[in-house]
Amino acid sequence: MTVRARAVLGYGLLVGIGLAAPFLVYPVFAMNVLCLALFASAFNLLLGYAGLLSFGHAAFLGAAAYAAGYVTREWGLPTEAGLLAGVAVGAGLGLGFGALAIRRSGIYFAMITLGFAQLVYFLAIEIPWTGGEDGFQGIPRGKLLGVLNLDRPLVMYYFVYAIFLAAFWLIQRTIASPFGHVLRAIRENEPRALSLGYEVSRYKLTAFVLSAALSGLAGALRAFVNQFAALPDLYWHTSGNVVLMTLLGGMGTVTGPSVGALLVGVLENYLAGLGSWVTVITGTVFVLCVLSFRRGIVGEVRALVKRSF
Amino acid sequence: MTQALFGQLLVGLINGSFYALLSLGLAIIFGLLDVVNFAHGAQYMLGAYLAWMGLTWLGIGYWVALFAAPAAVGILGMAVERLLLRRLRGLDNLYGLLLTFGLALAVEGLFRQGFGISGNSYPVPAQLTGAKNLGFMVLPIYRAWVVVASLVVCFSSWLVIEKTRLGAYLRAGTENPRMLQAFGVNVPLMFTVTYGFGAALAAFAGVMAAPVYQVTPTMGSQVIIVVFAVVVIGGMGSILGAIVTGLGLGLLEGAAKFFWPEISGTVVFIAMALVLLLRPAGLFGRQR
Repeated sequence: MTVRARAVLGYGLLVGIGLAAPFLVYPVFAMNVLCLALFASAFNLLLGYAGLLSFGHAAFLGAAAYAAGYVTREWGLPTEAGLLAGVAVGAGLGLGFGALAIRRSGIYFAMITLGFAQLVYFLAIEIPWTGGEDGFQGIPRGKLLGVLNLDRPLVMYYFVYAIFLAAFWLIQRTIASPFGHVLRAIRENEPRALSLGYEVSRYKLTAFVLSAALSGLAGALRAFVNQFAALPDLYWHTSGNVVLMTLLGGMGTVTGPSVGALLVGVLENYLAGLGSWVTVITGTVFVLCVLSFRRGIVGEVRALVKRSF
Repeated sequence: MTQALFGQLLVGLINGSFYALLSLGLAIIFGLLDVVNFAHGAQYMLGAYLAWMGLTWLGIGYWVALFAAPAAVGILGMAVERLLLRRLRGLDNLYGLLLTFGLALAVEGLFRQGFGISGNSYPVPAQLTGAKNLGFMVLPIYRAWVVVASLVVCFSSWLVIEKTRLGAYLRAGTENPRMLQAFGVNVPLMFTVTYGFGAALAAFAGVMAAPVYQVTPTMGSQVIIVVFAVVVIGGMGSILGAIVTGLGLGLLEGAAKFFWPEISGTVVFIAMALVLLLRPAGLFGRQR
């Protein structure tokens, strides 16, 4: 099989599973997994390709969820506007935080983004309209283009799925574009990329804003799926979870983060009755991944396929 | 008016003492091992819980716990370095951060499962109860003890690192571990002991914190995120810088609680943003 044929087969399979999913599992669960997959793919754009470890992506997901909820519930704007608001808030925060965070690299970058996310978390507690511990509830799903009723689970599912595919395509195109190649060059050897005349910080910032905007899209979408936005979305556990999804699935692979999101989603859904044991398991999986599974599932499979053909 | 201000500044000074102790440990570990120890918060929490468990279950008092808990956590830390962190040497230092993050999650989850999220209180030791009226404010004795003891521990660590032979090895290892090994120093052992020492420092801070705050499973993650911001502001290049920045930011937080309470939880992060804007390498740091 040629590489292209294999890719077509692989993507065909994924699209097929996505189309059939709402008939196989509870649609809300499938939608949540899609949102997480989008979130993790957006995150991977930054970690896997630009080599920047952000520990604050919860801020973009959570703030966008609140923004989408606010403009639709309080101002009565349509769902599309809510999504746009989420993307805008994600991008705006990404621009602000990114511009400051890229002034330092490596380990400091991770700590800075973690700090900024915590800042947003504290703000959400302070601001009265977020509803504090109760969360921002009763977000209307509305009608798509004023016609399609998104309160019907299947309609909502395919709407979420279409957005996921579009965003996934955008991410995949970005990775394959010259821009994506420059990002990889920066990841591999930053001084060299700089000496070749690339404006490294501008590339990093663009990747950061793009990743934040797409995370915002995921957050806004999730707010409509679950019809609420809540503080845990902004908590550092969420930032850690997206790192885990990416690591588990395979960072620097196109499909890995989605696989990781599926696994983490299943884990959290079916083990929800176990209380804090979920955190213990998450932490342990993290340790095991870092120790002996650094390529992640898709990375390992790819290495296996490469060796056997 | 001034009573309240000095009261808040004292609380700030105490928080600052803990920031200083914790960022000192982080800086020592990072300097030698090139690992950002995310589990530092968990080790602090472990220290507090060991003290609490010792008192509640076994009747072991504060003064014993002050040495026993750090020793236990230090040994645990050495095991973590020897069994887990050592395998990551030579890889990108992000993996060390991720590994210790996973450990922190697991430990916090275990304690949440075992003790719930509500806090346990730990009594102030009998010798240090009561308060002194200084005229302009009332000073609880235990709080004064926390500040003095942390300062003593911080500055003696600094003295050991700057002035003794052992410290010279540590500094040499920070600069160039391979060269140091070539001179016949057992560098891998030094790595293990240093990580253990850092963990013990965190646990020491935890025991000291137990009578001041509630002992809760999340106390570690709450403080570690702030301490990371402290480290970004101060830069991890200088031990003294870590101590000074920790104390300073604690005081800033205290002042914020008095003048503008709404931002007291976020003022450290705002300060971090300002420092990044004006002095990206950190107050005492070298750009690396």
